Amino acid sequence: MSGPKRRRKRNYGTIYTLPLVVWFTLFFLVPLLIIVLFSFLAADIDGGVLPRFSIAAFTGLAKPRILKLFVNTIWVSLASTAITILMALPCAYFMARSKNKTMLLILVIIPFWTNFIIRIFAWKSILEANGVINSVLMGIGLVASPLQLEHNWAAVILINVYTYLTYAILPLFSTIEKFDFTLLEAAQDLGATKMQAITKVLLPNVRSGIVTAVFFTFIPLLGSFVVQQLIGTKDMYMLGNEINDNIYKYFDWPTAYALAVALMMLANVGLVFVMMSERKQARTLGARRVDEAAA
Amino acid sequence: MSRKRRSASKAVFIGCMVFLFVPLAVLIFFSFNENKAPIFTQFSLVWYRKLFTESSSLWTAFFRSITIALAASATATVIGTLAAIGVHWHRFPLKTYVQAITYIPLVLPEIIIGMSLLAFFAGIRMPVFGHSLAIGIPMTLGWLTIFIAHATFCLPFAYMMVLARLDEFDSSIIEAARDLGATEVQTLLRVIIPVSKPGIISGFLTSLTLSLEDFTITYFVSGVSSTMPMVVYSQMYKGGVSPVINALSSIMILGTVVLAFLARRWLKYIAASS
Repeated sequence: MSGPKRRRKRNYGTIYTLPLVVWFTLFFLVPLLIIVLFSFLAADIDGGVLPRFSIAAFTGLAKPRILKLFVNTIWVSLASTAITILMALPCAYFMARSKNKTMLLILVIIPFWTNFIIRIFAWKSILEANGVINSVLMGIGLVASPLQLEHNWAAVILINVYTYLTYAILPLFSTIEKFDFTLLEAAQDLGATKMQAITKVLLPNVRSGIVTAVFFTFIPLLGSFVVQQLIGTKDMYMLGNEINDNIYKYFDWPTAYALAVALMMLANVGLVFVMMSERKQARTLGARRVDEAAA
Repeated sequence: MSRKRRSASKAVFIGCMVFLFVPLAVLIFFSFNENKAPIFTQFSLVWYRKLFTESSSLWTAFFRSITIALAASATATVIGTLAAIGVHWHRFPLKTYVQAITYIPLVLPEIIIGMSLLAFFAGIRMPVFGHSLAIGIPMTLGWLTIFIAHATFCLPFAYMMVLARLDEFDSSIIEAARDLGATEVQTLLRVIIPVSKPGIISGFLTSLTLSLEDFTITYFVSGVSSTMPMVVYSQMYKGGVSPVINALSSIMILGTVVLAFLARRWLKYIAASS
């Protein structure tokens, strides 16, 4: 026998990941490349594309109407995300410090198991002219005729916040849960106010959770179209609506896919911005730590 | 002082819970309404009777949604688990590719995934070097394309949850199993999978949640094959949703409450790995 030549650990990495590589390349990466391809082709009359190079879809985007859609998309997504995070932070904090974490987690997840569209329908029956709020207000004689509660920005943002609140609470909860709360007391013992302890100790430490929560909220919001379509008005349309209309109403696929390319770029700008602010924050935190060490 | 602070966060939490549950309560409330308009007239079970006697197409759509959710979640969990195991323990040429490609969908609006699959399944023919090639795979939109789309967007989540679990435990037990003569398959079935069970189950539950919750992606790949959310959408679009939907939604909400309590042990991992 030629010594204890034990079989070396075989490398099965490729075999283990092969199903994912095949599935994801085929059903995710290739379709993504098709988006880019289609945006540079000419439109076929009844939907689809013709095999002819064209940049008409991109030049066609340079219109005030499309610019307005960009503006709507950015400000509605930003406003909805900001409100969602501001609501989710104290929620997640309370959950993380509670003794009944699992119970509270279940409470947060249950509404999440009802489909998005059914929850929009529920909101519609609350907000519409003869809906719950108006029935109550008119029943107690507070208003004589129904208030217009849907078809406005507030209603759109309200439902956006409703949809993404759970998405934001979950990652915030999991990072705040790992936070060492004695640090807050330490900060206060050292003379920090309650507010300073939270903004200077807690928030920097749960930064990764905030970033994830922003991702889960802001990015899908950039492409949203259903809420504006069912609860808003045409004035509130965003890029997602224009994509939807170009596919199903105008049968102009290249324009829809050019908008998708623009949307991807917008998402990436958001991403780079978040990452840069994170790095900057990490740097200032690092610097502060060095200062403290030197002191 | 910190107690005072927590009472503020408690108030926000309670407010948020009211905010989250009021629409569901309204949904259930109107399922017991005799009238069709959103004005409550009289208690009645008429919509439940209609649901169980004359709504076979709605039930078909409902079971299609559930079946797709289960099948897509199972597929995503199996593929994701294997990939997580591969990435965690091995070094191989495609590792960086796997890590990058599973991250991209998380930073793309879901509408992109929906419309890219729409283009892919259209399989439009193009001349490529003199041959007419289909760009993508031509497929009639229906339950199969919805299944593929759902498994695709659930995959990164299932993969990341198992990976998070694998990162947590001591990998020396794998070495121990190998030293004791276990083959790769034995190690996989007897050690790795049992140890990553919490990750696998939470990956499956998260996939199920995302699949049941999704509308945007389904919208682009469903064609005429209607799932429950597509039925509600088309009724809303036309301007009138039948209260039968309220009745079915109420039953679903009750079902999810029961399921949530049955799965409560695993639910906390959903948050832990997000």
